[in-house]
Amino acid sequence: MMETVKVKSVEITTTARVSASYALKANIRQYAMLIALVFIMIFFQIATGGILLVPMNVTNLILQNSYVLILAIGMTLCILTGGNIDLSVGSVAAFIAAIMGTLIIEEKMDVTAAIIIGLLMGVIIGIWQGFWIAYVRIPAFIVTLAGMLLFRGLTNTILKGLTLSPFPRSFQRISSGYLPDLFPVIDGFNLTPIVFSAIFSILLIITQLRKRRAKIRSNTGVIPAFLFIGQLLLIIAAVNLFAYALATYKGIPIVLVILAALISGYHFFTTKTVPGRYIYAMGGNERAARLSGIDTNRVLFFVYLNMAVLSAVAGIVFAARTDSAFPLLGNGFELDAIAACFIGGASATGGIGTVIGAIVGALVMGVLNNGMSIMGIGSDWQMTIKGFVLLMAVAFDVLSKNRAK
Amino acid sequence: MVILEMRNISKYFGTVKALDNVSLKVAAGEIHALVGENGAGKSTLMNILSGVYPYGTYSGEIVFQGEKCAFRGIRESEKKGIAIIHQDLALIPYLSIAENIYLGNERAKWGVINWEKTRQDAAVLLKKVGLRENPDVFIKDLGVGKQQLVEIAKALAKNAKLLILDEPTAALNEEDSDNLLQLLLELKKSGITAILISHKLNEVIRVADAITILRDGATIETINVSEGRVNEDRIIRGMVGRELTDRFPKRRPKIGGVYLEIKNWTVFDPKIEGRKIIKDVSIRVHRGEIVGISGLMGAGRTEFAMSVFGKAYGRQISGEIRKDGEKIMINTIKKAIQNGLAYVTEDRKNAGLILIGDLRQNISLSSLDKISKRWIINDEKETRVATDYREKLKIRSSSIYQKVQNLSGGNQQKVMLAKWIFAAPDILILDEPTRGIDVGAKYEIYTIINQLAEEGKAIIFISSELPEVLGICDRIYVMNEGRIVGELNREEASQERIMRCIMQSMQRNRGRL
Repeated sequence: MMETVKVKSVEITTTARVSASYALKANIRQYAMLIALVFIMIFFQIATGGILLVPMNVTNLILQNSYVLILAIGMTLCILTGGNIDLSVGSVAAFIAAIMGTLIIEEKMDVTAAIIIGLLMGVIIGIWQGFWIAYVRIPAFIVTLAGMLLFRGLTNTILKGLTLSPFPRSFQRISSGYLPDLFPVIDGFNLTPIVFSAIFSILLIITQLRKRRAKIRSNTGVIPAFLFIGQLLLIIAAVNLFAYALATYKGIPIVLVILAALISGYHFFTTKTVPGRYIYAMGGNERAARLSGIDTNRVLFFVYLNMAVLSAVAGIVFAARTDSAFPLLGNGFELDAIAACFIGGASATGGIGTVIGAIVGALVMGVLNNGMSIMGIGSDWQMTIKGFVLLMAVAFDVLSKNRAK
Repeated sequence: MVILEMRNISKYFGTVKALDNVSLKVAAGEIHALVGENGAGKSTLMNILSGVYPYGTYSGEIVFQGEKCAFRGIRESEKKGIAIIHQDLALIPYLSIAENIYLGNERAKWGVINWEKTRQDAAVLLKKVGLRENPDVFIKDLGVGKQQLVEIAKALAKNAKLLILDEPTAALNEEDSDNLLQLLLELKKSGITAILISHKLNEVIRVADAITILRDGATIETINVSEGRVNEDRIIRGMVGRELTDRFPKRRPKIGGVYLEIKNWTVFDPKIEGRKIIKDVSIRVHRGEIVGISGLMGAGRTEFAMSVFGKAYGRQISGEIRKDGEKIMINTIKKAIQNGLAYVTEDRKNAGLILIGDLRQNISLSSLDKISKRWIINDEKETRVATDYREKLKIRSSSIYQKVQNLSGGNQQKVMLAKWIFAAPDILILDEPTRGIDVGAKYEIYTIINQLAEEGKAIIFISSELPEVLGICDRIYVMNEGRIVGELNREEASQERIMRCIMQSMQRNRGRL
């Protein structure tokens, strides 16, 4: 029944060019959340009387949401393996922040050394949780729920219920510092970001064109030229506008560099590498992956090890931003990260989802938070609205998939 | 008397016509078989009849017991006495037989279930379908054959007048299939009409009173079995629309030296302590040879194959594997692949394919190292490989980017084969490679298997369908209850001899007890 349907549907390979409406449809579903993000931004830009996209606020948006973005990357991998989530990320972040506070503020340890120790602690925590999840096969939900309590408890023990503050300048810089100006600053206009975005734009055009040509050569479906150019122009416009905003404020925040490295690194990892493919395969069908020679236990172990390390990074970044380590740090981070992934199109049963999607999801939440705060909407309402948005985003995804069937 | 008439049914999925003016007339009290290749529209038609596709999503009309019907859901069709039993059984493993039979149809008053009555009524139904089990037994403790009977009891509990069975014997062994067909004939006597969808034409000819053939969403013909001479060839001709002179492609075997030898292979159950599943099995396979392993369902064939394939099944595995005379140790699946073994599972959907993945991703999965360098996948190479295999194996799909879940069974099977052929194994173990796929696709898969043998690979071919084993294998091992109980050459093998091997071993075992 369905087979006949599919056989007769669009023949992509033979024509090499996908019909415009088909491509548009496929792309719209893929970019739906991105488009929603743009609309949300336009809405708040108007509702806040233009404050949302003021250069200072754009920079702020990045700084404010850096921890969710970092966590969402790792959470995507967890969810990909089969809808597993990690509830412990907030507590782990707090625990690492507490260690940072103790080492740097109380023990006066060197900042770099302390950060290395913090990351190593993340590795150890990852090994601990990964062991139970991947090799003993206790459901991730339970192991990380235990971890959530465990590391929150340890955080309190280390901090003795108190807040440690302030950190030295060198540590704060992680979250509040900016890249040194490589190029002159004219009238408060910082050239560095512009140069970077220009280089990025050129590289993007070259690689995309090369890819497209390869696809045409190998006769595998390419999207129509107007869509391709449109897409490219949109991305370049967004990046350059963003760079402009940074340029008129203080330049490129150090966190942004960390984020860019993580996002592009993990994007590459999930889309282009063998272990990345293993993660998708495992979430798609674990038994099939296993029978194809993939050690799925090791995949699961790695994913949770990775999540703990990223939690440590988030903890360090957040401690640097708030300039303190306190018992309630990271409370609810896990839910923000999980929500970001699902808004970004990840499937609750695994095998579907992208790092970029999760980043867009996190930005949707971030812009909502920020926009509503500017408008003076209380945090109680903010939570209500965010909950609603999460539900609607996933409902949209489910409904559009059903219709596609 | 006509109990059901479906007139000029047409159904579109999007812009594609799945059914084109199909008509079906079923007489009361008959067994009416519905045959056709996968994708011919059988299931679509039955889904329309049972209300899965509600009234309004198709055109045409349905008249059941003289009444025009416009079902908006399964419940409505059930109320009228139409019950459909799907290929994938819809029973709940951790509920008892009685609970399953009356699921959604509880023996209750004011919402409180009368368990006494439930059990009693269930027992009556079980007797009727010939299932000797306590109604309190959990479904998970029953074999597939018995579960099928529970499904029928469940349908009877709803006072079904018309039973629709979708491939009811696909997962059953010969004995259980026999029982089930016998039951259908019994039910027929008590006035129940049945529509039987099946790929197994010998069964169809045995029990059906009328056979309707569908092809490409259209009715080809309805054959009245009592009237005319019906044979498989005639049905196949109707199904594929061409003469299929030989169901098995010709091949002249070029058999070389011993390639794989397995000695004294013993495997224990992974869950139940001390229970032997495979008992001292020894086999050998030559280069270029297709060796069949025949046996009833549950004989241990799959368990044997998987335990050889990197210990994917069982524990306390002992025995020896020699390849080209050299002893090899295979402790993981990865090792097995590296040693040139491939195992193509019988369970396409659950263990074989990433259904949400596309062709490309599935084909490369077991050999990612071949298309990557330092863990980085070469996109272009991957695309080329997938395109090549799609063409070579004639996988019918919109492109290599189509999701595997949207392919027909035969094409899914080809994707699995592509994956393992790309892994370039020396020895291929094929487990039920043609289960649930249509005649045309079967022929193509046999051709592929022959080609692989031609290239000098050794093939182990596991199948429950005896004609197929006889048709393509050079040598056949017969397996029963975890043991090899017979070895037959192509010349001496026949259905009777294989069955005799099995029966004799059963008698021996009984004697031993």
